[in-house]
This record gives sequence, structure tokens and C-alpha cells, in this order.
Amino acid sequence: MRIIPKEVETLWTLFTAPVIWAGHFLACYALAAIWCAKRGDLGFAVVQAGIVAMTLAALAMIVLSGWLAWRQWGFGTNDPPHDDPTATDRNLFQGFATLLLCGLSFVAVLYVALPLLFIDGCSS
Amino acid sequence: MTTLKARIKRNALPSAEKIEEEQLRLVWKTPIGWRYWTSVNNTQVGLWYGGAAFAFMLFGGVLALLVRTQLAVPGNNFLSADFYNQAFTLHGTVMMFLFAVPIFEAVAIFLLPPMLGARELPFPRLGAFGFWSFLIGGVFVCGSIFFDAAPSSGWFMYPPLATDKAYSGIGADIWLLGLSFIEVASIAAAVELIVGIMKCRAPGMRINLMPLFAWYLLIVAGMILFAFPPLIAGDILFEMQRMFDWPFFDPTRGGDPLLWQHLFWIFGHPEVYIIFLPAIALMAMIVPTFSQRPIVGYSWIVLAAVGTGFLSFGLWVHHMFATGLPQISLAFFSAASEAVAIPTGVQIFVFIATMLAGRVIFSVPMLFGAGGLAIFVIGGLTGVMVALVPFDWQAHDTYFIVAHLHYVLIGGMLFPLVAGVYYYYPLINARMLSPRLGRTAFWLMFAGFNVAFFPMHLSGLRGMPRRVFTYPEGIGWDWLNLISTIGAYVFAAGVLVVVFDVVRPKHREPRSEQNPWKAGTLEWLNEPEENWGVRSIPIIESRYPLWDQADLMQKVNEGAYYLRSAKENRRETLITSVLDAHPLQCQRVATSTTITIISAALLGGVFVALTFELWILALLSGIGTLSAVLWWLWTGTGETPEKKTKDVGLGLRLPLYASGPDSVGWWAMFITMVGDGTAFASLIFGYFFYWTIHPDFTLGQPGPGMRWPMIALSLFVAAWAAMLGARRLNASGWIDGARLALVAAFLLTLAASAAGFAGPWQHDMQPTAHVYPAIVWILVIWALAHAAVGSVMQLYCLARSLAGRLTREHDMELHNVALYWHFMAITAVITFAVIGLFPEAM
Repeated sequence: MRIIPKEVETLWTLFTAPVIWAGHFLACYALAAIWCAKRGDLGFAVVQAGIVAMTLAALAMIVLSGWLAWRQWGFGTNDPPHDDPTATDRNLFQGFATLLLCGLSFVAVLYVALPLLFIDGCSS
Repeated sequence: MTTLKARIKRNALPSAEKIEEEQLRLVWKTPIGWRYWTSVNNTQVGLWYGGAAFAFMLFGGVLALLVRTQLAVPGNNFLSADFYNQAFTLHGTVMMFLFAVPIFEAVAIFLLPPMLGARELPFPRLGAFGFWSFLIGGVFVCGSIFFDAAPSSGWFMYPPLATDKAYSGIGADIWLLGLSFIEVASIAAAVELIVGIMKCRAPGMRINLMPLFAWYLLIVAGMILFAFPPLIAGDILFEMQRMFDWPFFDPTRGGDPLLWQHLFWIFGHPEVYIIFLPAIALMAMIVPTFSQRPIVGYSWIVLAAVGTGFLSFGLWVHHMFATGLPQISLAFFSAASEAVAIPTGVQIFVFIATMLAGRVIFSVPMLFGAGGLAIFVIGGLTGVMVALVPFDWQAHDTYFIVAHLHYVLIGGMLFPLVAGVYYYYPLINARMLSPRLGRTAFWLMFAGFNVAFFPMHLSGLRGMPRRVFTYPEGIGWDWLNLISTIGAYVFAAGVLVVVFDVVRPKHREPRSEQNPWKAGTLEWLNEPEENWGVRSIPIIESRYPLWDQADLMQKVNEGAYYLRSAKENRRETLITSVLDAHPLQCQRVATSTTITIISAALLGGVFVALTFELWILALLSGIGTLSAVLWWLWTGTGETPEKKTKDVGLGLRLPLYASGPDSVGWWAMFITMVGDGTAFASLIFGYFFYWTIHPDFTLGQPGPGMRWPMIALSLFVAAWAAMLGARRLNASGWIDGARLALVAAFLLTLAASAAGFAGPWQHDMQPTAHVYPAIVWILVIWALAHAAVGSVMQLYCLARSLAGRLTREHDMELHNVALYWHFMAITAVITFAVIGLFPEAM
């Protein structure tokens, strides 16, 4: 079994990192909302631990997809604009755009996790 | 054909090229007389769409002036309180739903085919149907104010005010049903645009060469698919409460008004970006032209478009900061609201970099674009402020918000749009708009806008709440409001100058050049006098083919490329692959018809009749709509071509028929069902939302039990399997077996629906008693309605097969219906698992 996926040619890989961001965002929101509505005997630490775990998982996945994008971009050996009418340049463009989106998604996941530093309860 | 012969006669000895050209012209000819309105060509539909949206904008503008006149001085009685409520509600509604969103569907339908080098979008009749739906729904919603029946609860229709029939009158129904109808049009446009951009680009236009406008529109259309359906789901719950007293938003019976706010803003916030991105897309076309160089950072624009598209779905709760949600929840949305500033900023820096790197020509479009971005940046900065929860608590529901949203929308959308009008007007009738009038209009609008809206920040910070119809004097709001009103009239004068410039007769002016701005993108190949889009479909090798590919315009116009003729008298365009735009198929597209108008009118009849609770008329209109759509499909789609392949020129032969994932119809079904699935997910969200707000959300009410839901689930899965069997048997050539499987699938669907109904029915669940039975019923009704549609599709396939129109080789319908059934199976499994198992698990 190979651990690192081989290169695939599809439009959809472009959206990998933003989809991870969306999943992370929804999971954090749902966890906090359900816990705050239904809180049992467990403390807010459950939410904190859950968000930390999900954030680390999301960041790891984004880094992995970022590495794949970097590979698709030829490890940065070619500079943009990637506007030649060839399948190679199209592929490099995809890799570069995907890498940029991985960067944005990484930052955006960190943003969503930031509230943990400031808020330690549900208080409405 | 007589015309062709007559013309050939006049032209003594026409060359073969001339005959080909004339035939192509005839095939794409716009109908004349009253039949002009039966046209479905993107050029006409785009123009009508745009014209109608502009007319609605002017109507909304008049309403705004009424509002501003009323607020000019304290204690004014120019408008009554109730009429004021109708005016501001309709103003917001019209501007958002009848102008801002549709105008970009209009621009996209008009511009995309020439920009992509296509003759036409893949589903012209769907586009026309969308336009007529939009027009009928828009006139219905706007007309209500002349009968003192306009919606008056604000453009986001919050319950409990808007669900209270005594306070909100019929206006709320008009809003809900009229707009639901228009949402149908938006989703139709989204389907058309996504398939068009992914599959109809000129050969060679790989995704790294695609015009940025197309990138933006692709993202926007995808956003529409995920943003509009939650609102449709919300509308259904809302109307069920207003019509039948199902208590979705009534706290005394377990409901919660906050669910509406969630569903509305899951739509409403992405919608802001659905409006903004296409406007920025216009700038991404205009800035390189007037900087006389390619855009700097093409990939960064793609990053910004995709990034904004995603992040914009994580912002909706920032409209609900004052509702008492847990602070940790608010903080997530505050964080995402700040994060979205990153991709938004990137696009603005890309434009600035492009201008710095090029030699800028300061034309009227650049003036409007730059002015708009300046205004937008101010709106963006106040947006960063109100995205912070503590600041928002101070500013919430004050004029500060009114100022913020107008800065964002007018700077981010209206100004770039006017820039687009000045830029693209030569494509409409080969004339230029007046630079002098343009500059006058710009300065009136720019100055008027800031004079009108900047003081609103201050009146908001001084505590003036939005939506008050008057205010007492001497509390510091008087002169600020007077200044705003003066500014509003100056702004309106600027808009009038633009309108005058657009409509003034120009037939005496000289024809402009084909590419007056010396732009580099393909849409400038378009000759306004011709309806065929492009004379021949070129091979693209650059992001700016008119700059980089020598003699491209001349060669295209000489018919040197693909599809130079229309020998079979059919309208055709090329279907190409998603990533590299390799030619795959020659797609025949539909021609003028009245069926789109008839279908839209009948569907409009359903919504209007429902508004007035005329059940029989609604039922009859519904049957009429179904019949019209079936007739449309039967006569206009899935045609078996007279030959397998066709020579499209340059030695290339392409198939004329495709089914399954190779066909555009399959993609359209897939995209539609993704939107449909989003609406379903919103209803499921509602189910679990009610679970979270109650300690025991069934509140002792009976549930549907486990037995019937599980039987329904199994039968639906069996029906799905039978559908797949039908497709496979047909493909293997055993046609009778396929027909039998279709009959079996149909019978299983009926049995499954009956079982699904039996659960809540046998347990006597009363939807008016409490929200739990109501939400269970809604989920079941949703599944059964989809099953009903699914069974009509099964019968349709059976009929096509019996009529010999669905064969082993020509099985597009079966593929599409099987795809529908994948989604149907998912819907049924989730519905019946949730309603049957979840209460037991709890």
C-alpha cells in the first residue's frame, strides 16, 4: 500500500484544503453548539480537547495536501505565470493554485481555533 | 430556405464560403415580430435579463428615494409608517433578489459564450425559462406595493413578526413565494453556467488559460448551489407555518425563530459574495485591458475567488451576534469573518499590482472601477469592525450597519457593474457610450454616494436605529439625515445620467471598431450584428488570444476554424474536456420556442395561486407545469441524431450523441441534485437544531416508530437497485428486461412511499400540535415529493423506451434518471434512518 497518493489529474484537488477548512469549521461549531446546549457532567475541557485535536488533524491534512500540491507544482522549480498552452503548464498552474489555497486554509483553520485562547466557556 | 435562395440569387455567383456563411447566419437568426420573444439565444436572453434587472433596480431606487425623503427632516409625515415599512422592505428585497444576483446571471449569460469561444451555452431553453420565471416573479413581488400589499417585515423577514398574519398581512406570502420562484431561476442559471464553463470552452482553452471572469463565475455558480437551497428550505418551513399553522418558529409549541435566522443567513452571507465576486470578475477583465498588460498573479486571483467562495460560508452567524448564542460559537464566526478579509485583500492588491506594472489608460470604466474599489475598501474596513463581537453589539441594528452594507454593495457591486456597462456596451450595439456623460455620471454618483452614506456611520454611532420611519428633533440626528437625503438625490441624478447615456438613440453615430479598447480576450471577436457568437470556433493558445495569437480575429471571421458551417441546419457548439479543453462532442443546442414561456407562466401560476390560497388553481397550474415540462423534454431533448459523427472542420470528426458522465445533461442533473441535496441537508439541520434546544425534543409526542420507516427505507433502496438494474439491462441489450426493471422500480417506489407515509400517519402525529411531529412530517413529505418526481422519471424512461426513443445506444435518459435515483436513495436512507432510529437511540 502506498502512503503518499500518486498524482491525479482532476479539477477537484484544487478544493481539498478549503474543504478541510469547511469540515473543521463545521465540526468545531457543531461540537461547541451541542455541548453548550446539552452539557453533561463533563467540563468545557471536552470542547477544548476536541477542538485542539480537530485543529491538529485539519492542519496535518492541509500540510499533506500542501505537499502534494508542491509536488504537482514541481517543487517550485518553475515560476508562474504558467500560461503556456500545454498540459504541463496547466498542471503546474493547478499545483501552484492548490498550494496557495493550502496556505490560506492553514491560516483560516488557525483563525477558527484562536477563540480557545480567549474563551473558556459557553457563557452567552 | 427561400431566403437563402433569394440571397444567393442576388449575389450572382456566390462562393462556397458565402453560402456556408449565409446558412450559418440563417440557422442562428433571431426570430422577428412577436416571435422575437420566443428566442432562447444567449444574446437576447442576456439582454432581456439585464434590462429587466436594471428596470427593477430603478424601481428599487425610487423606493430608496421615498425612504430618504421621509427621513430628511424629523417628525416627517410624507409616508405613513406602514407604507414606509413596505418601501424599505421592498427596496432591500428588490435590490438583492431582483437586481444584484440576476444582473450577473444576465451578464454571464450574455458574455460567457463569446468569452469562452462557444456558440451558445449548453441549455439555452433553461436559460430562457429562468429569465421568464425571474420576470414573472419580479413583477409579482414589485407589483404588490401598488395594492398596499407589499411585504413590510424587512428584507430578511424575521419571525415572529413575519409569521404573524395580523401584523405582516399577505405581503410576507408574496415575498416568500415570489422569491422562491426567483430562486428557481437562479439555480437554473447556476446549472447553465457551471456546465457551460466546464464543458463548452473553445478547444485549447485549458483551465490555466481560462478568462478570470469564467473562474469567478464558476465559483459563484457553485456558491449559488449551496447558498440558495437553505433559503428554499427555510421558505418551505415558513410557508407551512403561515398557511397551515405548523409551529416551526413558534416557541410556545417547541419551535424557534432562530432557526429561520440560521437558514436565512446561511443563504444571506454567501449571497453578499455571490454579488461581489462577479463584479470583481468584471474588474479582472477591465484592469488588464486598460493597464495594457496581462493580469499580475492569475493564480492568486484563483486563490482569492476559491478562498472567498469557501470562507464566505463560515460567516453567517455574524448577522446573529446579538441573539444570545454561546460566546464560543460567536467567536468562531468572528474569526472566519476576519479571515475572509485575506482573500478579498489579495484581489485588490492584484489589481493594484497590475496597474503599477502596466501603463494605465484612465477611461470611464477604470474611473468607475477604481472609485468603486475605494468605496468598497471603506466598507470592508467597517466590516472588519463589525465582525468583532463587542463592537457589533454596539452597532447592531443601527445606521452604522446601513452605511457598512451600502458601502460594500454599492462599492463592490454597483460601481464595477457600471464600469462593465461602459466597457461592454460596444458588444451590444457596436456603439460607444459617451465618455463625457460617463465622467459626469461618475462624479455625481461618487460624490452623491459618499454624501449620502458616510453620515450614516455617524448617525448610527449616535444611536439611530435602522428601519425607524421617523425620529424626534434635537437628538443629534437631524442634519446628518438631511445631508444623507441630499446625497441620495445627487447619487440618483448620477444613475439617471447613466440610464440616459444607455438609452439615448445612437443610430447616427459611427459604428465602433470590433475591439475598441484593444482588449485581449475572446469576447471582442463578437460582432453585435451577428447572432452566431463566433463565425468559427478558434483554437486557443493564450490567456489573451487577441494579443498573442496573430491574425486570430481575421482567421475566425474567415471561418478558418471549427464549425464554420451548419450543413444540417442545426445550431451546434463544441463540448470539450474539463481540464484541457480537448474537443469531445458536437452538441446540438435548442432553438426558439414558446414552451419556456408557457412553463414559466404555469409555474408562476402555482406560486401566485398558493399566495392567495387558491388550492384548486394551484393544483391545476401544477398539473399544467408538469405537462408542459414533460412536453418540453419529450420534444426537445434526448434526440437521436441522424448520424453518429460529424466532421466539424480541420479534419476532426466528433460524435453527435453522448450519455452518462460524457453528456452535458448528466452534469446538469448532477449539479441540480447537489443543490437539492443542500436543501435537504438544511431540513435535517432543522431536525437536529430542534433536538439541541429541547431537553426532550419529542416532548412526549408520538414518533413515527421504527417499523414503517425501516420498511420504507428498504423499499426505496430496492427501487434504486431496480433502477440501476434497468440501466444495466438496457446497456446489455435486453430491452424487455430493462422495461420490466423500470416497472418494478416504479411499483417499489409506490410501495416505499406508502410505507413512508404510514409511519407518521399510523402514529397519529399532529403537525400543528408541536414542532417534533411537524419536522418529521416535513422530512417525510420532502422524501415522498422526490419519490413522486422519481416515479414520473421512471415512467418517462419506460415511455421513451416503448416509443423507440430510448435504445441501447441512445440511453441518456436512463443514465440521468439513475443519477437522480442515487440522490433519491441517499435522501430516503437519511430521512427514514433519522426519523426512525434517532428517537430510539435517544
